[in-house]
Amino acid sequence: MSTTTQSPSAPNSRTTSKAVRLLGDRRMPVLATALLFLVMYIASLSRYQNYGFAEPQVFMNLFIDNGYLLVAAVGVTFVILSGGIDLSVGSVIGFTTMFTAWLVERQGLPLLAVIPMALAVGALGGFLMGYVIHNFEIQPFIVTLAGLFLFRGLCLVISKESISIGDSSVTGMAQAQVSLGMGFLSIGAIVALAVLAVAFYVLHYTRFGRRVYATGGNEQSAMLMGLPQGGTKIAVYTTSGFCSALAGLLFTLYIQSGDPLHATGMELDAIAAVVIGGTLLTGGSGYVLGTVFGVLVLGLIKTIIQFEGTLSSWWTKIATGVLLCAFILIQRAMTARNKT
Amino acid sequence: MTTSSRWRALTHHHLLWPVAVLVILLLVNVPFTPDFFSVRMTDGHLYGSLVSIVLFGSPLILVAVGMTLVIATGGIDLSVGAVAAITGALACSYISDQADQSALSGVLLAMGLGLLAAVVCGLWNGFLVARMGIQPIIATLIIMVAGRGVAQLITNGQIITINSEPYKLIGGGYWLALPFSIFVVAVVVAVTVALTRRTALGLLVESVGSNAEASRLVGIRSLRIKIMVYAFCALCAGIAGLMISSNTSAADGNNAGLWIELDAILAVVIGGTSLLGGRFSIGGTVVGALVIQTLTTTIYTIGVPTQTNLVFKAAVVIVVCLLQSPKFRAKVFGAKFGARSGAKGNAKPAAAPADTAAATEAAPKMEVS
Repeated sequence: MSTTTQSPSAPNSRTTSKAVRLLGDRRMPVLATALLFLVMYIASLSRYQNYGFAEPQVFMNLFIDNGYLLVAAVGVTFVILSGGIDLSVGSVIGFTTMFTAWLVERQGLPLLAVIPMALAVGALGGFLMGYVIHNFEIQPFIVTLAGLFLFRGLCLVISKESISIGDSSVTGMAQAQVSLGMGFLSIGAIVALAVLAVAFYVLHYTRFGRRVYATGGNEQSAMLMGLPQGGTKIAVYTTSGFCSALAGLLFTLYIQSGDPLHATGMELDAIAAVVIGGTLLTGGSGYVLGTVFGVLVLGLIKTIIQFEGTLSSWWTKIATGVLLCAFILIQRAMTARNKT
Repeated sequence: MTTSSRWRALTHHHLLWPVAVLVILLLVNVPFTPDFFSVRMTDGHLYGSLVSIVLFGSPLILVAVGMTLVIATGGIDLSVGAVAAITGALACSYISDQADQSALSGVLLAMGLGLLAAVVCGLWNGFLVARMGIQPIIATLIIMVAGRGVAQLITNGQIITINSEPYKLIGGGYWLALPFSIFVVAVVVAVTVALTRRTALGLLVESVGSNAEASRLVGIRSLRIKIMVYAFCALCAGIAGLMISSNTSAADGNNAGLWIELDAILAVVIGGTSLLGGRFSIGGTVVGALVIQTLTTTIYTIGVPTQTNLVFKAAVVIVVCLLQSPKFRAKVFGAKFGARSGAKGNAKPAAAPADTAAATEAAPKMEVS
């Protein structure tokens, strides 16, 4: 265990491998995404400069409007890094909005009591999925698919119609603005950034983070080294469930209602953000910072479409698909080069 | 000896469980709707619950049959729903542009156009999976995400409604007193079974699924087979898309074929095809698709609120997958069952001693049969 917790700059790493590392093989996809974001941003700046695109608030809005997606994508990053996949994200988000709206509006519970309950349900769902995946060796894809059905069904069991939230504590929280000098962030955006910071710390500076990478890199080796990869896998899905529930809470704040069809297909947005952020879908390689850029790129596409006015919303889907394709091909080229 | 071996052949037949589940599901309906099995003739059309199960299940059967072959090669195709939406959108928008929407040539051309688009999508998936070596779940994710956008682009974000008699026939029409879609499904299933079980094609697909590299080394063009299988799957999805849009006489880029990929995968799994690839059963898939459609119908007829539909499906997925997992069987039913189904012998030690005798007894028998 202690061997794997060593930092990458272990004394026995040869100079050649150092040179390769300096060339930035693994960081290339992240840099490419960051560059893409920058290019898109600058291009939009020049195109929409008369419409106030240059205001810092437009940039801040990227976080305000996509905070929930960022949180969900961070959870998915853990799963994908460990070599798995989680398709239940969108459903858990939808369920959380429904669950929260129902408890707050119909049952009259205070929001502060509902939040831990919602998070616990999400984490428990993730834990159960991880437990089944690990203990019964069923493919993550199919287990989380069952999770997708289950949570979406539970949404509909709570209510077929959407529940709008008029509770003062929720609306107060949703409208709260945290001033940052040149602009403001919503509470959702702040929470998203906090989750990001925690995820960054956990993935890159803790034992658990190393185990996630090790399990995704080569499960067999991780097992032979004595890593508790079963526990890691279960923990990863629990994390993802927790993040999805948190994303659901942020989404509830953002949209102030619960609807059984909220966040349909958001798992794909989250997976797309992770992939565009340069995390290898086979697991074991990637950075949570890449996920941020992935979310930002997707958010920027939406913003551009809003600014463009004439473009219709389906272009978002097409653009996401094209970007996804481009980055998958880039990944493919990179891994092929790594092997040779 | 002969009776016992015959009994074993029956109990070990791969269709036993899917068919048993289907029969039980059908029987569950009887107390709630006593005339569930009755089929009556009205205006020269057959009506009845059984007929409507097949009618509404037709698109699912088609998609699931295509999916079976993809899964047999060790892949998966998430894009079928989007492909169905694109096909329906193209066909409907072409027909709606015609002066005479009921002209047969126009309808045939529209269908051809839609199916061509579907095959192109399938070739693209196959290209990404086979030639670029991208994981199937990811490669097909691209069209799953972008495809719905394309479908909406084709219909311009609207739901295009059409009024075309010949086009109505595929998904909602009747022929020889039976829903026309049954014939389409029958032809597709018959052709697929003939191609895969009467020629070596099925064997090649299975060999690619169990070990693509090994089959390449023995001279099977595994790349070509994979691409072909994805194109075939997309073609099936395209036909299903035509059926869905024909049944409602409308193309809805957003909702046509929504979640059908998940239902199709579920049907394949219930039918006993392993998600790991290497073997498949078309018959099982057809039964699996019927199970899902029957489940949906049952939920409607017995008066359970329809919204719990998805919870039931989730329960079915979990139960079926657990039963298929050698590790689960080993843990729950003891070492005997685990040993028989080829588990790695890592059943809990506590359970092992009691069943050791039974396990050793069972093993040689398996050799004989």
